[in-house]
Amino acid sequence: MMSEEIIKDVIVGEHEDYIINMGPQHPSTHGVLRLEVCLKGETVKYLVPHVGYIHRGIEKMCEANTYQQIIHLTDRMDYLSAHMNNEAVCMIVEDAMQVEVPERVKYIRTILDELNRIASHQLWWCAFGMDLGALTSFFYGLRDREHILDIFEESFGSRLLHSFVCPGGLMHDVHPNFQKRTKEFVKYFKTKLPEYDQLLTGNIIFQNRAIGIGHMSRETAIGFGVTGPSGRGSNFSCDVRKIAPYGAYDKVQFNEILEPGCDVFARYKVRMAEMWESLSIIEQLIDNIPEGDYTAKMKPIIKLPAGEYFRRVETARGELAVYVVSDGNKSPYRMKFRTPNFSNLFVMNEIASGYKIADLIAISGSLDLVIPDIDR
Amino acid sequence: MLNRQELTDIIREFEPEVIFPDGTQLLEAVVPAEKLFTLIEKLKSDKRTAFNYLIDLTAVDFSTHFTVVYHLDSTDFRHLVVLKSLIADRENPKVDSLTALYPTAEYFEREIFDLFGIRFNNHPNMKRLFLEDDYGYPLRKDFKDEVNIIER
Repeated sequence: MMSEEIIKDVIVGEHEDYIINMGPQHPSTHGVLRLEVCLKGETVKYLVPHVGYIHRGIEKMCEANTYQQIIHLTDRMDYLSAHMNNEAVCMIVEDAMQVEVPERVKYIRTILDELNRIASHQLWWCAFGMDLGALTSFFYGLRDREHILDIFEESFGSRLLHSFVCPGGLMHDVHPNFQKRTKEFVKYFKTKLPEYDQLLTGNIIFQNRAIGIGHMSRETAIGFGVTGPSGRGSNFSCDVRKIAPYGAYDKVQFNEILEPGCDVFARYKVRMAEMWESLSIIEQLIDNIPEGDYTAKMKPIIKLPAGEYFRRVETARGELAVYVVSDGNKSPYRMKFRTPNFSNLFVMNEIASGYKIADLIAISGSLDLVIPDIDR
Repeated sequence: MLNRQELTDIIREFEPEVIFPDGTQLLEAVVPAEKLFTLIEKLKSDKRTAFNYLIDLTAVDFSTHFTVVYHLDSTDFRHLVVLKSLIADRENPKVDSLTALYPTAEYFEREIFDLFGIRFNNHPNMKRLFLEDDYGYPLRKDFKDEVNIIER
């Protein structure tokens, strides 16, 4: 028997709050992430991210593996920035052992970084469009990404998880076709990138769902450590390529893209502009790759001198920092990855509260989350 | 941007008990755990240092003690400092939370609690982040898992 009060609650609603679980299998979360969303009507009151569905304990595994083996684990964190993750570990080993890598290696690594960044942004762009209901973008993005993956496949034999760099240089030299095909791709993609803008950027339906949504102030971005394109969309200058140049980034001219918009559309514009910048970086480097060895001389067994090392790298999603404590053995005593997505995810409660649940899809898409990077 | 010596002087001015180890890659300062919060608060609010960005917060288990490691950056000046705090108590390790200063610390601290079992005072939500409540603390050096970890 229902008391009058409960009936009143149900109809008029003192307790209108409604908890809904988005994920762990929701397609727009791009991985196994569960968002516990509290709704009042259609408006998000707050949300709690639940992570850990694919926690593999990479940091613990690192303590039992050699540095060469660890490189293959880092692929599996942010699989769309696999090359940058590999490079971070390699650079920390090179720092510690004071190995100077050949110029050729620096150039090739930087080109691969940027190719990887474009591939990642393409996948983000197509998935973001699809999240918001524009299915065509998905085909456009994947079609163009295929060209980059083919270049990767030709040189490294793998398309997604390369593990192509190793401490001191590269596993082997790039394929003789590498330069030619990369130049072809740059030329090709320069004609295709304006299509992206025509399809999505100027689309009024898309703009209405992106402009003014998910406001993240610069202070919020810094406080929550939101880096990468998401942070730069809030005018937070956080590009590690500019702050602490590595590889061949000090030899090229490029702009750090900053947008003052602070909303979903600003983060979108940063990534679109970054693809142009990446193309320009590749163009500046591809004709000037110096001849030389593809690797420096390294000892077969790598032992870092006892001490602590810290390295920051800009991945496609933000700042990856690696912190290693070595006790002089061939495996690290402790290895910590400060992954960009970890910090980028937890700002969601802050920036999604107060918006509609449909905007939540746009917001999580604009942060470009890769869940295995959070869980590690 | 302040250089190493200037930063050292400022930190010493704020907290005379700080020890600076030699020969480190970045500027490191070892701070007593109970002084950590006030020191970081000063480093963040002081106009000369303005450490407003917490890059990384982690812990290391040295078998005899834990070390909590903070990497701080300033978005205005781009200088870095590494602060460390030793916790000798392995049974009930505790250190002050930085959530009030840096919101991102909330989740770094939950991760450390999850993997090391270090508790943070004044933390708004001291729950495990990834693992289940009865799992143990896997990044401790004395962690044993006979099923999943093969001892070599």
